[in-house]
Amino acid sequence: MINPKQLPIHEAHNLLKSKQISSVELTKAALARIQAVEPKVRALMTVTEEHALLAATHADKRIADGDCRPLTGIPAVMKDLLCTKGIRTTCSSKMLENFVPPYNATVIEKLYAEGMVLVGKANMDEFAMGSSTENSAFYPTYNPWDLGRVPGGSSGGAAAAVAAGESIYALGTDTGGSIRQPAGFCSITGLKPTYGRVSRYGAIAFASSLDQIGPMTQDVEDAAIVLNAISGHDKHDPTSVPCEVPDYTKVLGKSIKGMKLGIPREYFVDGMQPEAASVIRAAITKLEELGAHIDWDVSLPSTPCALAVYYIIAPSEASANLARFDGVRYGFSYNGAVSMWETLEKTRQFGFGPEVKRRIMLGTYALSAGYYDAYYLKAQKVRTVIRQEFDNAFDKYDALITPTSPTVPFKIGEKMDDLMTLYLSDVCTMPVNIAGIPAISIPAGFVDGLPVGLQIIAKSFAEETILRIAHAYEQSTGWQQRRAEL
Amino acid sequence: MKLDREEVLHIAALAKLGMAEEDIALFGTQLSNILENFDILNKVDTVNVPPTAQPNSLCNVMREDQVTRSLPPSDVLANAPHRDGEFFRIHAVLE
Repeated sequence: MINPKQLPIHEAHNLLKSKQISSVELTKAALARIQAVEPKVRALMTVTEEHALLAATHADKRIADGDCRPLTGIPAVMKDLLCTKGIRTTCSSKMLENFVPPYNATVIEKLYAEGMVLVGKANMDEFAMGSSTENSAFYPTYNPWDLGRVPGGSSGGAAAAVAAGESIYALGTDTGGSIRQPAGFCSITGLKPTYGRVSRYGAIAFASSLDQIGPMTQDVEDAAIVLNAISGHDKHDPTSVPCEVPDYTKVLGKSIKGMKLGIPREYFVDGMQPEAASVIRAAITKLEELGAHIDWDVSLPSTPCALAVYYIIAPSEASANLARFDGVRYGFSYNGAVSMWETLEKTRQFGFGPEVKRRIMLGTYALSAGYYDAYYLKAQKVRTVIRQEFDNAFDKYDALITPTSPTVPFKIGEKMDDLMTLYLSDVCTMPVNIAGIPAISIPAGFVDGLPVGLQIIAKSFAEETILRIAHAYEQSTGWQQRRAEL
Repeated sequence: MKLDREEVLHIAALAKLGMAEEDIALFGTQLSNILENFDILNKVDTVNVPPTAQPNSLCNVMREDQVTRSLPPSDVLANAPHRDGEFFRIHAVLE
């Protein structure tokens, strides 16, 4: 009996390569698992069963021909804002409920070329705006560790699908923490690469200077394998950086002895759950035992400004990006208006959910005449200050270690009425997007059975440093082997 | 900073976002609350600090202007809510 929830990519690959299992068997096991747990977890928007079985058959042929790459024949789910040709891509919005993209995102093309078996598209906060997946226009996703709690967001469906064993890995996107925070909440590994490391072509844009696609996996080795497959320059995305992609698996297993790690005190925010802080301190002590030099008293003084910078820049960019939803070329269109302008306004009124409208309004305000300098320009300048503080820190430290979130997963509905508290759940992850640098969240333990994530941050294009530290920690603790019981 | 009804309607018009009556008051309150949290930025001295628009060093990325194949019209129009042959159909812009 194949159990996809206990089978990371590297182990599944060995079984496929040695022909102990076939991709069709593995895919059927994933589909069976989806059928069994999806009514409880609701991680997926679409299950692509037929497509998956066909892809698995192709993968088996490829493997029989001796072409078994690390991801060939392995089932995956993709966050439902990554365009998949011929497969509905909704952004969990009424606006795109029936949208079928005419092309694939570059990351999807790359994974298909490696032999991915796409088993489904994952639920998310509408247009990636949220931290709990409760903003999906269709239904919330439930945390596999406690079905009364949120899985985090916005890539909450992707995180829950991996944690529940519905998929061996997933891709998510991260604009202010949307890979790392749900990875932390679901006790999986989630990596936000450097801005420009992975092409964003075909990812439906939220905030273009912050968005980045990344792996959500069962362990660190898997994150390295997926990053190998999706990284690199793409002529379709001029913000993707034309620099060489290393083999990210090569650093795994290297000692972290002598590495210098800084602990920025501002990340242990007021209101942080003390039990979660203890888990993080214990994780840092473990890194020290593994030979790293820890500086417990680093300061990045502008960190408390990151929330304001983020909630000006991200909505401003979103207000421009979401102007394309006009009911003309694709998506929902309001019927019954008498003019073009009324159609446009009503399409957007009824097609977007409340959080999306709130952010469009906020961004439009910040960019409007009379307020641009006070909000948008000011935020861009403070963005420079935040980046410089990170740059200075990375002159002294190989990486910074922080919590991924200030709390364990909260209850469904608990924060829906209090916007600022909800926004604060990304307070440890947003500065990373503002600076454009890479960071990972890995499982660091539990508080009363609920997951706590550890964040490792490094300078631009230092994903190898992050993976090396994350792997050393993971291998010495084994938290990644714990699985949610459903 | 308190957003009044008129300002909410002005922003909604700029964003081409239709507003239900109850949303006008709700957004006014919610956006005002969020804006209060932005005051913290005024504490940061940014007099000689240049703005950052995006975080990597790429700037003005150019490419050759080459003719390439684009998507066939049938694909481009496949998601159109209202189409007329090879055209998107909308209400008249100019009466």
